[in-house]
Amino acid sequence: MNHTATLGVRLSRVGFWQAVFGLLLLGMGGVTVVRYMRGLGATTNLSDAFPWGLWIGFDVLCGVGLAAGAFTLTAVVHLFNLRRFEPIVRPAVLTAFLGYLLVIAGLLFDLGQPWRIWHALVFWNPRSVMFEVAWCVMLYTAVLALECLPVVFERFRLERPRRLFRLLTTPLVIVGVILSTLHQSSLGSLYLIVPLKLHPLWYTPLLPLLFFISAVGAGIGMVILESYLSQRAFGRHLEMELLEPLARVMVVVLGVYGLLRIQVLLRNGGIAELRHLGYEGSMFALELGLGTVLPVLLLAFARVRTSPKGLVTGAFLVVLGFVMNRLNVSVTGMEAAAGVRYVPSGMEILVSLGLVGLGFAAFSLAARYLPIFPEKRPRPGARGEDLLGPVED
Amino acid sequence: MSVGLLFDATRCIACGACSAACKEQNNLPLPIEPTLTAYTWTVVRERQGVNIRSLCMHCLEPTCVSVCPVGALVKTARGPVVYDAAKCIGCRYCIMACPFGVPKYQWDRAIPIVGKCILCRERVEAGMPTACASACPTGATLFGEREALVREARSRIHGRPDLYVDHIFGLEEVGGTSVLMLSSAPFEGLGFKNPLPKHPLPMLTWQALSKIPDLVLMAGVLLYGIHWITARREYVRAVAAREVSPGPAAALSGWLRSVWRRLSGRVERP
Repeated sequence: MNHTATLGVRLSRVGFWQAVFGLLLLGMGGVTVVRYMRGLGATTNLSDAFPWGLWIGFDVLCGVGLAAGAFTLTAVVHLFNLRRFEPIVRPAVLTAFLGYLLVIAGLLFDLGQPWRIWHALVFWNPRSVMFEVAWCVMLYTAVLALECLPVVFERFRLERPRRLFRLLTTPLVIVGVILSTLHQSSLGSLYLIVPLKLHPLWYTPLLPLLFFISAVGAGIGMVILESYLSQRAFGRHLEMELLEPLARVMVVVLGVYGLLRIQVLLRNGGIAELRHLGYEGSMFALELGLGTVLPVLLLAFARVRTSPKGLVTGAFLVVLGFVMNRLNVSVTGMEAAAGVRYVPSGMEILVSLGLVGLGFAAFSLAARYLPIFPEKRPRPGARGEDLLGPVED
Repeated sequence: MSVGLLFDATRCIACGACSAACKEQNNLPLPIEPTLTAYTWTVVRERQGVNIRSLCMHCLEPTCVSVCPVGALVKTARGPVVYDAAKCIGCRYCIMACPFGVPKYQWDRAIPIVGKCILCRERVEAGMPTACASACPTGATLFGEREALVREARSRIHGRPDLYVDHIFGLEEVGGTSVLMLSSAPFEGLGFKNPLPKHPLPMLTWQALSKIPDLVLMAGVLLYGIHWITARREYVRAVAAREVSPGPAAALSGWLRSVWRRLSGRVERP
């Protein structure tokens, strides 16, 4: 009786989200038509004064950053040989792959002439950070696709290609870590060229380093959140014995990040900006206080870290702080110099939400039909390993 | 030798002949808009009683050229910073990065491109002055070799220190520009970003970009080294636990080592 009721609730919840997703897709389809028929001006609130908006600030900067869990975990498991974290590598790599696909999808909306996206392959300008970004997106998406292949081999029981693929594991992981390091930091480097436009609360020559460190922190936060969400959606248990040590790493990473941010603040005199808390000052305080200082303090306590609720709250704050940081750099910090206030249009928001929805849908489909989570693997009793999972002999 | 323009705001009467000539020369649609757009590449604005021209400054080390991922923007040897619309993917990084806010986008088009002054590249390469300089009735916009223009600007300031502020705008700003300006009021109040650094902005990103080759090599070696150590540790553990038998090479080297120890008299006694 009680059991049926819960089942009923769960079914209706799934139905609700499916309806939301359907509406989102429909809306996104409409925006796509307007975008391609009438151009960016008709779709977005972008202008010559404010040429980069939500699609760059959220879809690209956040999409790439939140995918950082994959390279962190592949390095932890395959290079540092901490095998016990292996069960959460696959969902992290899958998330990153989907994230990168969505970044590319976002670019297909944002670029003025998206059908020329391949130009960076042919026309080179190695002095451009954007050129580096373009190559990192292409190469790392390819690496992530390859890193996902063993899952497919396993699903269709293709043992021979799977064994052959094991030889590629180490080089792939190393290339993936290098590309990610370059890509995460280069997104920060993009803003090095605008010392006259980006607000001093955020502008610093350390931007590439800060972008990299915060992505590592938020990538771990995403892995924790993702475990929580899949636990809710698929009735899995929360791997607390793996997530708790990860949270400790996250505290250290974000601690370093927070100290660097404060040091930058003291150095470039941004601290004066905080004394009278203007628009930029309060956004900065909110970002750093809520998104970095608070979760670091919370998760420093073992009692918070070891309780599922505390852990997930902390991870959520970290991810929230990360998103706020990227939007502050790309929007809040650029508004004063642009002389305009930028608020994304409904259509811009719809596309960003639609892409997030697509990500969720693709992840849950993959989780349903592919051996992403350990309990879905065909045979237990594994020995040896390959990229994303144990090899059964 | 590279060419440029010298704009003397004290001689400008804001007649708009430069804007009109620019439209005609570059086949741009009318009307002449009040600010720079993708379709209006130069305008005259009045700021603090000074008539000041807006146009591409044609930096000696242009920010837009450095940021363009596909090399659609190029600084030619003669001076103009030109744009190849066929390469442009529309990332709009040039619009973001330009310290003078010059490149503009065709936001109203389904197939948009960037619009900006190209210093009448074809005319200049054919040895003619730019359309705006030819059209200017008062000589406020002067075309010539940049070095000659700098000398001219210096002598004008020297001759009338009461009229001009002692500042050739574009001589040093962001590493120097091909377009130079003189004014009777400080340039800070005329709509330029203030203060503009003396160094070229592309340096800022190059400092990060130039480290990439080293980073890739070092990270590659470091990461492989870490893997080597952890994998070796795993292997030694497995051999010690007799889960794995050592390979032929390891077995051979182990035997050779024990022979060497015995021969050199360094046999460990229990």
